[in-house]
Amino acid sequence: MTVYTVPFDSEACRDVREVGGKALGLAEMTAAGLPVAPGFTVTAAAYRDFLDENGLRDDVRRILGQVDPDDRSTYDAAERALTERLSRAPLPARVADEVRRAYAELNARIGGGDVPVAVRSSATAEDSGGDSFAGEFETWVDVVGAEDVLAHVHRCYLSVFTGRVLSYAVERGIDLRTVEMAVVVQKTVRARSAGVMFTLDPITGDRSRIVLESSWGLGLSVVGGEVTPDRYVVNKVGLSLDQRVLGDKRVEYRRGDRPVPVPEDRRERLCLEDHEVLALAALGRKLEQLQGRPQDIEFAVDEDLPQDANLVLLQCRPETVWSSVKRAPAFDAGTGLMSWIVGSIGAGARTPAGAGDGHGHGGHRHG
Amino acid sequence: MTANDHSRFPFFNEAQAPDGAAGWESMYPYFLVPSEETREEENSRFWFADTMHWSRGVHPFDSIGAEAVYLGAGQNSTRIFVLPTSLGLDVRVVNGYVYISPIAVTDPEEIGRRASFFQERAGYYYANWDELYGRWKEKMLAAIESMRTLKFTPLPELDPVEVVTEARGRSVSWDVIENYHRLIDEFFLVWQYHFEFLNLGYGGYITFFQFCRQAFPQISEQDVARMVAGVDVLAFRPDDELRRLAVLAGELDLADRFAGFTATSAADALLDALAGTENGQVWLKAFEKAKDPWFNYFAEYGFTHDQDTWAGNLSIPLTGIARYVAKLQAGEDISRPVARLREERDRLVAEYRALLTEEEARQFDELLNLARTVFPYIEEHNIYVEHWAHAVFWEKAWELGGLLVSAGFTRERDDVFYLNRFELDTVLFDVVESWAIGVPARGSKRWQAEIDRRRGIMAALQSQVAPPAYGIPPEQVTDPFAVMNYGVTTERVQEWLGAASGGDARLTGIPGGPGTVEGVVRVLRTENDLGLLQPGEILVAPITAPSWAAAFSVAVGVVTDIGGMMSHAAIVCREYGLPAVVGTGFATARLKTGQRVRVDGETGVVTILTEAGE
Repeated sequence: MTVYTVPFDSEACRDVREVGGKALGLAEMTAAGLPVAPGFTVTAAAYRDFLDENGLRDDVRRILGQVDPDDRSTYDAAERALTERLSRAPLPARVADEVRRAYAELNARIGGGDVPVAVRSSATAEDSGGDSFAGEFETWVDVVGAEDVLAHVHRCYLSVFTGRVLSYAVERGIDLRTVEMAVVVQKTVRARSAGVMFTLDPITGDRSRIVLESSWGLGLSVVGGEVTPDRYVVNKVGLSLDQRVLGDKRVEYRRGDRPVPVPEDRRERLCLEDHEVLALAALGRKLEQLQGRPQDIEFAVDEDLPQDANLVLLQCRPETVWSSVKRAPAFDAGTGLMSWIVGSIGAGARTPAGAGDGHGHGGHRHG
Repeated sequence: MTANDHSRFPFFNEAQAPDGAAGWESMYPYFLVPSEETREEENSRFWFADTMHWSRGVHPFDSIGAEAVYLGAGQNSTRIFVLPTSLGLDVRVVNGYVYISPIAVTDPEEIGRRASFFQERAGYYYANWDELYGRWKEKMLAAIESMRTLKFTPLPELDPVEVVTEARGRSVSWDVIENYHRLIDEFFLVWQYHFEFLNLGYGGYITFFQFCRQAFPQISEQDVARMVAGVDVLAFRPDDELRRLAVLAGELDLADRFAGFTATSAADALLDALAGTENGQVWLKAFEKAKDPWFNYFAEYGFTHDQDTWAGNLSIPLTGIARYVAKLQAGEDISRPVARLREERDRLVAEYRALLTEEEARQFDELLNLARTVFPYIEEHNIYVEHWAHAVFWEKAWELGGLLVSAGFTRERDDVFYLNRFELDTVLFDVVESWAIGVPARGSKRWQAEIDRRRGIMAALQSQVAPPAYGIPPEQVTDPFAVMNYGVTTERVQEWLGAASGGDARLTGIPGGPGTVEGVVRVLRTENDLGLLQPGEILVAPITAPSWAAAFSVAVGVVTDIGGMMSHAAIVCREYGLPAVVGTGFATARLKTGQRVRVDGETGVVTILTEAGE
């Protein structure tokens, strides 16, 4: 039987071809015992069956075939045509049943009625890992009830063919027919504060630092650049807090739909306690060690959860900017004292004979 | 003066002598004093106060230190190892304080030429470091021993009969002249040895430091130093001896004998009381054994004649022991956390290394190895030079003072320090020749008057604090030794320029020991005031040598006027886990005893929180 949903803590959620990069990251964090809000992934198989059972593949090929890379108006036409076609196609009944069941299970696990969830796309593509399409697809938070969850899974499928994604794919020579859409459904955090953490300094590339940017409420305001977040720099070695820079946090998302102004007294107060910064950094460092490379991590401090268990990681992906540039060797002995001394280490080792019996070189005039 | 000119410091010729100090220039050798003929050259340069070595105005005889230090530094930098970008440090005495100016090589062609010499010569030392350092210790100890054998005994009425029976043909009075010359020679030699390894040592360390800065742009100076620092080094031995003796006192049931002993207590009374019991005698035996060589140790730095060694003033080590005894009785663990320090060091190294690529890790290993090879010298050499050699040197200088008094030339033993070394040479000749002829020394009256005049001048000079710098500052301070050892950085110089008017509640320096602490200030200008320091206070001093050990176990934080990451204050504060800010330039002048301050050893900032008495 085809598997349509897999919880983050199941082994099946580690198959990147079926769950996409975003879900894989959550599954790996869960497996490593890192604090991740619970949820499940609607697999790529569900998307495939959606296309197959509605006979959509031919339409997709036909409509995408009409796109002229040099004519942007054809992108919009294709988006309109595909949206119209896909939105009329229902989710297969077996997929819908599975999603309802998985959502009910999530509710049962947390307890107390329909849990508000975030619905996010987790695209998979043959030729690239999960980090392609980063930020191209939408995320919805505070989705409540099974039917609304299904509606948003459906919206995720539609989002594969927006004009924005089309142009992204055309620019990179990606055939959108090879893109499959898995969907992450995850309990929405009640974020007192949230933000982004890099396990290197994104400005200098220093791998011994962890930098966090955080603001009040959900992380949307940080990611969307609507606030100047507070900034924290932590020494990865020894985990000490090196620097706190107070931001200017004018708005916050209490819920996912719209920002509200931050009351005056909180704007200029740091939104993370020192111990929270250090605990988050410890999680970041652990994740980097687990993944074997620097990470870009979204996090939140959940105000519903008890003090000692309120830190939540929402998403992680490999850091791409510094990791993808071919790093210059750390040691550039090109100039100055360093080069002469490094040169001299060699010189001394090469020419001990030049120093005669070791009593030459004039250092021994005094008897 | 140019109080409003923020682009430069005053020139030497704009410096005002304090009241009562007019004519101070005449006390020092001409080449140490700014002059009209050299003014253009002097005014074109940047000079900063070497209060690290001389925290107070120097007596004429003591200015031999300024000659010796910068002779040795120059010889080794300029002529022996041929440092590519720097020659020596020029030196002047202004209003009694020592100022130095790094001389840079800027012509690229000349730098290249010097670099090839440097690589060959420095390379030989780096490749054979341990063996050469072993030999250094031998010749250093030999020089110290040679000084120790010199005798300056009062001249007898007649030469001893052996001069005749052994047919020496040479009067014992000539020993005074010869021994004086030998003393001076050995002193200069010791300082040449000092710099034989020092610059190369710093160079090896700085290379590792720069590697770390390239690999980890934000790595703190602290972390680099902690990866390199030794755990069991000679520098901590004297203090370890005090701890050991405190433990022994506890074991022998002698703890209450030490209760209430302070720097002003009488050492003899305590020692006599101890000698009266069997256990006390056991303890005294251990105490005697520790004395040589570990109490040949200056409470400060040994650059002036008027400093006590522990051996010379047993109240100092006994106070330290008493403090440790009290701690033990309060149930505290007084052992240096050697295992923890070693663990911490290994963890730091492993964690930084793990962040590097394989190729980088290989370079990291190589340079860390170099830094650790050279670092013992940086940490240990002071014991040999500043403590052991200087202790003997000053002991002999005081003997000369006694000789002059016994010859009726001077009234006080310390009169000798009001003569510079050239003047003393002529005075000794006068004494010996007058003795030989059988007439009163011819210069006695004249020099008595001059010494009286100079006493007044010295008192006036020492009543003032040295301004941190003179002349035109460089846009960038690039001299690595000025930066690492003296803590004179571009930022610091700019702050000095800006802070001339004062009134700021913040003082910036170099982060010396990690951590942040708040406490009450105790400004101590000399080690003689150490007894004033109360537990929980923040020690503010011109500079602290490792030998202010007793203070480190009492103070909760340290602030100094001068010193860099590699200065002894910083090394020791890290060892003791004390937050420290070094190289502030003004701390002893700007901070007042009783003020409450915050010392942030991570950022190097000292903040005045409340004024004294608030």
